[in-house]
Amino acid sequence: MKQRLRNLWSLLRALASDDSYERYLEHHGRAHAGVTPLSRREFYLGEQQRKWTGVSRCC
Amino acid sequence: MRKLLWILVALTGAFAVGGIALHRGETINAMWIVVAAVCVYAIGYRFYSAWVSAKVLSVDAGRATPALRLNNGRDFMPTHRWIVFGHHFAAIAGPGPLIGPTLAAQFGYLPGTLWILVGAVLGGCVQDMTILFLSTRRDGRSLGQMARDELGPVGGLAAIVGTLTIMIILIAVLGLVVVNAMKHSPWATATVFATIPIAVLIGLYLRNLRPGRVLEASLIGVALLLFAVVGGGWVDHHPTLRALFDLDSKPLAWFVIGYGFIAAVLPVWLLLAPRDYLSTFLKLGTILLLAIAVVIMRPEIKMPAVTPFIDGTGPIFGGALFPFVFITIACGAISGFHALVSSGTTPKLIGSETDARLIGYGSMMLESCVAIMAMIAATLLEPGVYFAINSGPGVVGASADAAVATISSWGFPVTAEQMHALAREMGESTLFARTGGAPSLAVGMASIFSSVFGQSLLALWYHFAIMFEAVFILTTLDAGTRVGRFMLQDALSHVWRPLGQTSWYPSVLITSGLVVAGWGYFLYIGVVDPNGGINILWPLFGIANQLLAGIALCVATGILVKHGKLRYAWVTGVPLVWIAVVCTWATWEKVVSTDVRVGFLAAAEQLAGKLASGALTPEQAAVAPQLIFNQRLDAALAMMLTAILWIVIADMLRVSWRVVKGLPVPPSSEAPAVALAELRS
Repeated sequence: MKQRLRNLWSLLRALASDDSYERYLEHHGRAHAGVTPLSRREFYLGEQQRKWTGVSRCC
Repeated sequence: MRKLLWILVALTGAFAVGGIALHRGETINAMWIVVAAVCVYAIGYRFYSAWVSAKVLSVDAGRATPALRLNNGRDFMPTHRWIVFGHHFAAIAGPGPLIGPTLAAQFGYLPGTLWILVGAVLGGCVQDMTILFLSTRRDGRSLGQMARDELGPVGGLAAIVGTLTIMIILIAVLGLVVVNAMKHSPWATATVFATIPIAVLIGLYLRNLRPGRVLEASLIGVALLLFAVVGGGWVDHHPTLRALFDLDSKPLAWFVIGYGFIAAVLPVWLLLAPRDYLSTFLKLGTILLLAIAVVIMRPEIKMPAVTPFIDGTGPIFGGALFPFVFITIACGAISGFHALVSSGTTPKLIGSETDARLIGYGSMMLESCVAIMAMIAATLLEPGVYFAINSGPGVVGASADAAVATISSWGFPVTAEQMHALAREMGESTLFARTGGAPSLAVGMASIFSSVFGQSLLALWYHFAIMFEAVFILTTLDAGTRVGRFMLQDALSHVWRPLGQTSWYPSVLITSGLVVAGWGYFLYIGVVDPNGGINILWPLFGIANQLLAGIALCVATGILVKHGKLRYAWVTGVPLVWIAVVCTWATWEKVVSTDVRVGFLAAAEQLAGKLASGALTPEQAAVAPQLIFNQRLDAALAMMLTAILWIVIADMLRVSWRVVKGLPVPPSSEAPAVALAELRS
């Protein structure tokens, strides 16, 4: 039951892209070990800039 | 056993579709439509999409997607397919599938419903899945780039012009929908205004207080939005505040134009991004709630299956069933705009090629489902009430008595007292002539919600529905203005290089101003038009959206032929032919029809004649020259859009012909295949 709730929570976080910074850190640690990753705020602002540069919302 | 189950689904579906098509009683239960839709989608997904995916696209589960090959932890990142499904659906689902069916309900519930089902299963879903797959094979390249790479520069240019045009018209028509929902409604206006500081607050929270904590910020924001709906009610009951927010459509149009400009030049984190999080939450929540409520309530559909207005005399928009039902309902059946999303962010997240089926075909099926619910919400109203809300004063008469007399004379009885009582229940001063679809949808949604979740809250539910629509219309408005600006900057950089710098403020201000002026013009004309403006702008939007779908289907068909799949080219070719016929036919009627409610030029002639003979009142005469010019401009625009479509079709046919003849064509732009096993080693 507890595990299920936890799964649901991580699904919700992923759907809302609430976990994107953690995912970025995980990838960064694997691919660029030793390089300082972006801070949470830098990452968030950069992502917003990227997201809204193309067509990301429809009619 | 499995087979038996699917035979049962097919039989149930056939029975339900037959039921709604042949039913000729007073009313019909909405569950007939729901069951028919669910069965059609199930069959379409289980069999057709599987076949297209395996045979036509030759999806290869062993081939590494760009998300795997180019994984950068940010935009390229393999993501679970249900998560991508959620993101993709949130991106494609906008106000379109809610508005189109509401307007098309003037033909009765049957034509729109059938087109939504058939159009989605054979057209829209196939387009979305195919473009998503083709873009995944090309490292997430955009539709415009694919058109240029695979067909040539002509196709590429056409895609860009088409996208820019549709953006301008789309924003104008959506702006008009919001204005019509807010005019002389202090409650709605106050609530919609309040959403702006709420979004800014959430933006600051997400940047400064708790960076990137999207979930908690959204929950706070949604709570504040709900509070704003209640607060709007207090404003409505306060005599001084009420007067402050009781605005006419012209100042509201200027407000929307000003808002659009400011939102487009502000940094995204301040207004656009937080508003989008809120609107996505509201959108998914409300759609889910609506689906649950429809199933619990099982409302009776009061609109006849087919109304006499299929002959083209409809009050909401002029034009006969064919081709106009196919133009009016674009999103929900087939929407070219989706091809832009399917060739943008989504292909970079797909972890396996086989996911394209669930994400592309499945998301569009869900969007089509939203359109079906909008159709139910519109047709469960008394038809007389539906027409009274959605008809412009130029058609049914400006006074309440004139309007109810006209509408009742069509055989849809309605009284002024009934409309007055309804308006009072919804907390509005009047519901007459609230064109644009949002108010009638809100009345329908409010009656569904309140019958399931509390009858006393009718006015709250109504304004919740208005706020819900306004919030994501405003998101589309500033996101669209931004996209238009980027495209314009890209184009202008060929004229003068500095204009292409997306972060150079003079260029940002100039290009944003140009885009806003473009849609602001159409919005303003729509507001001063006594016929409501929607009847002009919505068909134009439909034609533009179908044009974009035509371009996407051309790209898909051309690529299929180039890959030696000529015998399967009908999969995208048949929807393409249909779109081309519908678009061309509709444009022809909009340009040459002598019916002033259909033909742009005929309407311009008639108005010019009246102006010359002095038959207009001074106020009418003052705006007449603008309206005449606009009708002629609309005719030119419709012709240009259709010409673009045919140019791309010709280009696609040229490339296909060369393939068949073995002549050289642009090489495939597919990224070289990398096997999954190779990537892992």
